Amino acid sequence: MRNSKLFRLIIFFSSISFLPILTLSFSAENPTDRRILVLLDDVSLKSSHSIFFNSLQTRGFDLDFKLADDPKLALQRYGQYLYDGLILFAPTAERFGGSLDLAAVLNFVDSGRDVIVAADSNASDLIRNIAAECGADFDEDPSAVVIDHTSYAVSETEGDHTLIASDNLIESEVILGKEKIEAPILFKGIGHSLNPENNLVLKVLSASSTAYSANPNSILSGPPSVSGSAISFVSVLQARNNARVLISGSLDLFSNRLLRAGVQKVGHPNKHEKSGNERFVIEVGKWVFHERGHLKAVNVRHNKVGELDEPAIYRINDDLEYSVEIYEWSGTSWEPYVANDVQVQFYMMSPYVLKTLSTNEKGLYHTSFKVPDVYGVFQFKVEYQRLGYTSLSLSKQIPVRPFRHNEYERFITTAFPYYGASFSTMLGFFIFSIVYLYSK
Amino acid sequence: MAATATAAARMEKASDLIPIFSTKAWKLKTKQQELLIRVSILLLVYILAFMTRLFSVLRYESMIHEFDPYFNYRTTLFLTEKGFYEFWNWFDSESWYPLGRIIGGTLYPGLMVTAAIIYWTLRFLRFAVHIREVCVLTAPFFASNTTLVAYFFGKELWDSGAGLVAAALIAICPGYISRSVAGSYDNEGVAIFALLLTFYLFVKAVNTGSLAWALASAFGYFYMVSAWGGYVFIINLIPLYVMVLLVTGRYSMRLYVAYNCMYILGMLLAMQIRFVGFQHVQSGEHMAAMGVFFLMQVFYFLDWVKHQLNDPKLFHAFLRITVSSAVGLGAIALGVGTASGYISPWTGRFYSLLDPTYAKDHIPIIASVSEHQPTAWSSFMFDFHILLILFPAGLYFCFKRLSDATIFIVMYGLTSMYFAGVMVRLILVATPAVCLISAIAVSATIKNLTQLVRAKPKTSHSGSGKGTTGTKTSSKGSFDQSLPFQRNGAIALLLGAFYLLSRYAIHCTWVTSEAYSSPSIVLAARGAHGNRVIFDDYREAYFWLRQNTPPDAKVMSWWDYGYQITAMGNRTVIVDNNTWNNTHIATVGRAMSSYEDEAYEIMKSLDVDYVLVVFGGVTGYSSDDINKFLWMVRIGGGVFPVIKEPDYLVNGEYRVDKGAAPKMLNCLMYKLSYYRFGELTTEYGRPPGYDRARGVEIGNKDIKLEYLEEAFTTSNWIVRIYKVKPPNNRW
Repeated sequence: MRNSKLFRLIIFFSSISFLPILTLSFSAENPTDRRILVLLDDVSLKSSHSIFFNSLQTRGFDLDFKLADDPKLALQRYGQYLYDGLILFAPTAERFGGSLDLAAVLNFVDSGRDVIVAADSNASDLIRNIAAECGADFDEDPSAVVIDHTSYAVSETEGDHTLIASDNLIESEVILGKEKIEAPILFKGIGHSLNPENNLVLKVLSASSTAYSANPNSILSGPPSVSGSAISFVSVLQARNNARVLISGSLDLFSNRLLRAGVQKVGHPNKHEKSGNERFVIEVGKWVFHERGHLKAVNVRHNKVGELDEPAIYRINDDLEYSVEIYEWSGTSWEPYVANDVQVQFYMMSPYVLKTLSTNEKGLYHTSFKVPDVYGVFQFKVEYQRLGYTSLSLSKQIPVRPFRHNEYERFITTAFPYYGASFSTMLGFFIFSIVYLYSK
Repeated sequence: MAATATAAARMEKASDLIPIFSTKAWKLKTKQQELLIRVSILLLVYILAFMTRLFSVLRYESMIHEFDPYFNYRTTLFLTEKGFYEFWNWFDSESWYPLGRIIGGTLYPGLMVTAAIIYWTLRFLRFAVHIREVCVLTAPFFASNTTLVAYFFGKELWDSGAGLVAAALIAICPGYISRSVAGSYDNEGVAIFALLLTFYLFVKAVNTGSLAWALASAFGYFYMVSAWGGYVFIINLIPLYVMVLLVTGRYSMRLYVAYNCMYILGMLLAMQIRFVGFQHVQSGEHMAAMGVFFLMQVFYFLDWVKHQLNDPKLFHAFLRITVSSAVGLGAIALGVGTASGYISPWTGRFYSLLDPTYAKDHIPIIASVSEHQPTAWSSFMFDFHILLILFPAGLYFCFKRLSDATIFIVMYGLTSMYFAGVMVRLILVATPAVCLISAIAVSATIKNLTQLVRAKPKTSHSGSGKGTTGTKTSSKGSFDQSLPFQRNGAIALLLGAFYLLSRYAIHCTWVTSEAYSSPSIVLAARGAHGNRVIFDDYREAYFWLRQNTPPDAKVMSWWDYGYQITAMGNRTVIVDNNTWNNTHIATVGRAMSSYEDEAYEIMKSLDVDYVLVVFGGVTGYSSDDINKFLWMVRIGGGVFPVIKEPDYLVNGEYRVDKGAAPKMLNCLMYKLSYYRFGELTTEYGRPPGYDRARGVEIGNKDIKLEYLEEAFTTSNWIVRIYKVKPPNNRW
């Protein structure tokens, strides 16, 4: 049970010596058997967003629905987390019940667990702060929504162009699934911009260049605070410990109403029977809860060519072999990860050797190279960061020593004149002494 | 305790010169008596030299002192555990991370091997000693041995009386004790013994012209080379001495044999030390010896030609041609060698010896070391006391009785006194010479005076009767005999001399106990009631590191503490006291003098996990990192020009209070030193945040750390350790 809680720990260690322990917890866990706390503003959300929740439950997640102001709310008890994921569908909650607050949510993320945050127009400060801490700044005007006069969805009822049909999706099969989402995605809510200082947060669904964020019921008094493609509808953050956070400016995005709605983007002749929302939320949900794009590296090994054991120290100019196994979580099992861009560095302040690892397509990555002619404390470093995938950051320290006194060549051909000189001098001195002493 | 023993030794020595009237003693023959007295005096001096160096053990505990000795101790431990070959090939990955250090090839192994041999011998004799005890007592043991060498050297220079005085003087001379108290397990401890031994054996070889003594001298030189980098002094002084003898027309076959044998064999032996290697034939510092060697051959050749030619005119022509061509050849060889890079130029350290201002302008890393500072007049007085006055007197005696040997000691004395003036720590090298020359003065004076005192009662009118027995005092005796009240005067002078010598003994003992017996790793202070307060913060911090950090943690600190962290904390350090890589030290200096965010980048690039700073603001300990900080700025700025010294000064003034420079108030070193210090009241009646080491209220009391967090602060705040935080999880 505890092992399954540990599942969310991803390899982010400077020393791989912990890897065996970690691997154990990986192989034991079953990610579909995970508990997710869903916080709602209103019990009715449970039914109005049932398609999304059902999709999670059918995939094996154990959802625990609570009202956001439930006084018994707690993420952890006795220092152990009770949940592996958190869905915050409570955009208006000014404060949570129980012991849950901003810091608790952030600690939840920093412990490696995943969060989905959905805001809406007039989102509370609490939700805004959670998003801001994850690098997404919602428009500060509480009544502002995103308006786009060129890419809104054609609709009979709404004429203020706030229901936007967007197809500006991030190009990543890992986050959005292999199949391309054809239909535009309906979005109705507030926009956010990404904090430029945060380089971990990504736009998944963003606005077109003609969008802007303003209150549709009032006349614009000045230029909108955020506009154009700087507006993001849905963003994701993959923290350094591989916790994933999804921030959406719209709670409706997940609602049954928009999931079922047909969509016709203005200016486009073809009308889609069904919006892309269902595919989108399900695929992004899979990514957020680590059903996709999760890598693990195990069995990092290195040894001298021709030996099996890992040495404690290398000598300069040794030939060595390095191998690592990388697997990807498919949602049900660990599958070999196949890529041709995994590189290893032999690193001491700067990479002395940079080699692309070759793979046997069964998860094993392997290379061999010669230790450079420099002694010092080196590291085998694999820094594998690809969009959507959990980052692999392996480093293993290994000292490289110079030759021992008896490892040099004993006799050097070029030095034979010197050998000859010294021996002939000795001989000459010997003869000279004899001649000098006894030739009277 | 040691003071009385000193006085006793002096009385014994004096009694050697005053005839003994006890009837018992008459039963022995005079020769035997003298031998007995001499041996017992030497024995007492030998014990005294050892005993007077034990203050630190009695007062604190049997521990290794200061900084460098910790490295020596660590390597000795390794040597005794792993054996010589492992030691020789030791690549240490725990220091100079990530560069590492080849220990075997970058140290002088003499000290460690000596201690290990003593240890193995004791073990073989079934004494279950710990290697630390051996290391602690190595320096006193060798100091005792030095007194023996000083005796023989004095005897060789002057007479056995001077030898005895020299042994007694050097046994307690503070200049030597400063580097050889128990626990001061440093190269100098054995090197001074080796230095004096080499000189003694060489002088002996020159005096006798014996190959055996020259060979012994070469071995002495080998031991010196293996023990200390100061061997360069020998290899320059001896050629200089030979040169002076040649110039003054004192060239002899004895000199030729002594020098050639010593130089060639000494050079070959020295080249066996890995750290020295080919320097002997390739570095500019050793070229003088080689030049003099060739000059000797030219001299010998000329001598032979002169002998063959028997024609002064022809010989003079030949002489001119040979000498000019030899000098020309030598100059060309030197020029070509230097230009082609085969002969390396002089090192910075060597330059700074010849020009005291050189290091200050060009090599801050050398100038920053306190023991490399030019010597203050007071420290001469402190370390030599009356020897300073006796030294010129001794020189006078030496010049009066000029011989090959006295020329040597005069040259040794003068050159080493010059070097002692350039660098504080070279007082150590000058000490044996000063002791020997002073001993000559003391011995000669007292001898003359006692002869006067003794001469009076026997023959009331002619005082020269006994005086003529002395080999060289005959003229003095006859000159004295005309003076009235000479006996009383002599007695008064004798009493004065004894008074001075006893003052010397008292001074030496006082200096030893007060100034030179502090281990500096444990600090002592006087409490409010005069009681002794011990600050054991260093060891507290190092043991905390050892027990609470991961074994592969990297600790960044200023280089002073590197050896101690590796030896006691057993953790990897970025830089240490073996200051071989200036850039690496400058990087640390730069990190310490940058703002926290810039420093964080540097620390990340060096994989630093912990930062250690030494802070004396609470205890008033003045040699802390804030006081060393300007050197970090200078050394950092020497390599990275973004660090500028004026940024940390206000109108050229270094301050930490409200008026300090803004960069100073926000640099990493300031923040780490004074973090949370603003909340602390250190002295009654002072505002919180009052820095007792500098006597000011600090200027930045509200310090927030963003990238580091406090991990450990010792009980007296002397050592503070910070942990480098991992990068922000969500940013």
